[in-house]
Amino acid sequence: MGGLIEDFGPVWGFWAGVGQILLIMIYLLLSLAFLLLFDRKVWAAVQLRKGPNVVGPFGLLQSFADFLKFVLKEIVIPAGANKTVFILAPLLTFTLAFASWAVIPFANGVVIADLNVGILYLFAISSLGVYGIIMGGWASNSKYPFLGGLRSAAQMVSYEVSIGFILITVLLLVGSLNITQIVENQRAGVWAWHAFAWPTIFIMFPMFVMFFISALAETNRPPFDLPEAESELVAGYQVEYSSTPYLLFMIGEYLNITLMCAMLNILFLGGWHLPWGPVDNPVLGFIVFAVKMWAMFFMFAMVKAFVPRYRYDQLMRLGWKIFLPTSLVAVAIAAGYVTYVGRPVIGG
Amino acid sequence: MVEAIAFYVLAAVAIASAFAVVSVRNPVHAVLFLILTFFNAAGLFVLLGAEFLAMLLVVVYVGAVAVLFLFVVMMLDVDFVELKQGFLSYAPLGGVVAALILAEMLLVTGAVRTSAAFTDKPAGLPDGITNAERIGRVLYTDYLLHFQLAGLVLFVAMIGAIVLTLRKRTGVKRQDVSAQVGRTRKQAVELKDVRPGQGLG
Amino acid sequence: MSRILQAAKGAMMLDMVGGFGLALKYFFKRKATVNYPFEKGPLSPRFRGEHALRRYANGEERCIACKLCEAICPAQCIVIEAEPREDGSRRTTRYDIDMTKCIYCGYCQEACPVDAIVEGPNFEFATETREELFYDKERLLANGDRWEREIARNLEIDAPYR
Repeated sequence: MGGLIEDFGPVWGFWAGVGQILLIMIYLLLSLAFLLLFDRKVWAAVQLRKGPNVVGPFGLLQSFADFLKFVLKEIVIPAGANKTVFILAPLLTFTLAFASWAVIPFANGVVIADLNVGILYLFAISSLGVYGIIMGGWASNSKYPFLGGLRSAAQMVSYEVSIGFILITVLLLVGSLNITQIVENQRAGVWAWHAFAWPTIFIMFPMFVMFFISALAETNRPPFDLPEAESELVAGYQVEYSSTPYLLFMIGEYLNITLMCAMLNILFLGGWHLPWGPVDNPVLGFIVFAVKMWAMFFMFAMVKAFVPRYRYDQLMRLGWKIFLPTSLVAVAIAAGYVTYVGRPVIGG
Repeated sequence: MVEAIAFYVLAAVAIASAFAVVSVRNPVHAVLFLILTFFNAAGLFVLLGAEFLAMLLVVVYVGAVAVLFLFVVMMLDVDFVELKQGFLSYAPLGGVVAALILAEMLLVTGAVRTSAAFTDKPAGLPDGITNAERIGRVLYTDYLLHFQLAGLVLFVAMIGAIVLTLRKRTGVKRQDVSAQVGRTRKQAVELKDVRPGQGLG
Repeated sequence: MSRILQAAKGAMMLDMVGGFGLALKYFFKRKATVNYPFEKGPLSPRFRGEHALRRYANGEERCIACKLCEAICPAQCIVIEAEPREDGSRRTTRYDIDMTKCIYCGYCQEACPVDAIVEGPNFEFATETREELFYDKERLLANGDRWEREIARNLEIDAPYR
């Protein structure tokens, strides 16, 4: 935004910035509508069903019908609920989910705020996401939501630790916290992508997989959807929510999932660069980035379709006893590599 | 101009919410206000040009420590009305402490402001060196020992917490995950040829 | 040793890869979904759906008010009242079925000596109010007229097995 104010003056620069933000929000919400449908379609396809196919051609307008339904329904606030916190929780989730997209570059230079500590900002905002859930769970004044909120808080805090360490391995190799620079470091092609670059592939590919799994846990997706395990907790922290507040929760949740896809893409899969070479054209880069994100989202949806839910102690065991030590060792190896061999020059 | 407005807004909200932390009735609300305070403090750090510290503040305090606070407060169901009963009798002591801290802070800022090395801007950043790198350079060279010591203290605290809570009870069945996972088909399944009418006997 | 191999297998997530492959196979398989309001699954000729009272080809109603169906109905949802008609034949004046009570067991059609009460192939008779599901004689006869072709065909197909 700073650049805009320099280019257009204080008034027009400000409005240009607002326009930029609105544009990205609309883009995100629109793609979210289709991602939701895509999620359901993939899930259905694996179970030999067709999925939603009535509203619009191939059910393409299903999400919009759902949106209308959510908005037109009555908002129910439980009698004993803490009203302010109850309403604040979904709003917080929704706002934070959007806030993190401020530093995500969709293509070369297509970014609202190119922060120097971009990746840390992302990490900070995603660590705040837990508040929406825990506040919603507590404010509902009901047992299941409360249990769901507690579960989810413990789960998200646990997996944030290993996510943090995995981030550090990438940051060590790149030597910068700036997201654009992390992507530019992988511009040479598929052999420069952090997940596949030689010789760091031995630690970075496992880190890629671990980041993916941690992302599943962080966003409460199956197989780690314990906060909303319907067979135990009905719907967890969302039980008492209906209508628009529920919609906000759901949009927040799915935005976080897409954000995780974008982060996987940026950290390990070369962002907007093609597998066979760099892309500097913003339009082409935008398309490449979107395609990669959809591919990652496909993986998220497939995992939901074929993996059974973890038990809570298994989840904690995986997070603290397997992921944390492994990622710690990986950080040590990456640091040693950078110190004694030198930062791998894969920028090309 | 914009920075000044941002500073006053952030500072005002920080102070107001800090006051709310000690004055609101509901403990959960108090923790939520505490989080708001942290958040505004992080905003102030950003204004100072210390975005790395700001992010760390959010990640560590808001993202992890305050969550645990919230956890405990929600679980314990503290009755704050009862706790607040003797609130006013502590007020003089609290006032004295607050006044002392204020006086000390004024003294320190006064001393720093009048010293020769003081500049109005945060210490100038050489070009091409980010915030995080600068902190790293200072932390891992001049203050290496202190840093290691801090780590050690935290490590000891962690071990202490584990030692305090870990107890080995006898006669309790515990899950041995590796034994469970390590079971093979040979150990688990036995195929028997059951003849009709005879059963396994 | 085998334990180490097992651990390596787990670390490489071979089971997950296999599961993914299987899921992908099903992903591209032909879907089993029936596109319901536009397509319908096949129905057995013995399907027990909405009730109907049938008539003979000359338009005379079959029911002779023997009340066997009323007697056998386990849910007691059939109510029949009968009187002799002007021509002296015994006919029902009232034949009510409470469709909210009915359990669709088909005993009524088994009991009927003249194939008057039958359960037709229609299963799409949901209503907006409860009252609409209290069928009277008029409604049942209308059902019979409407579904006669299908009912007659089903009875014919099923006849060899009775």
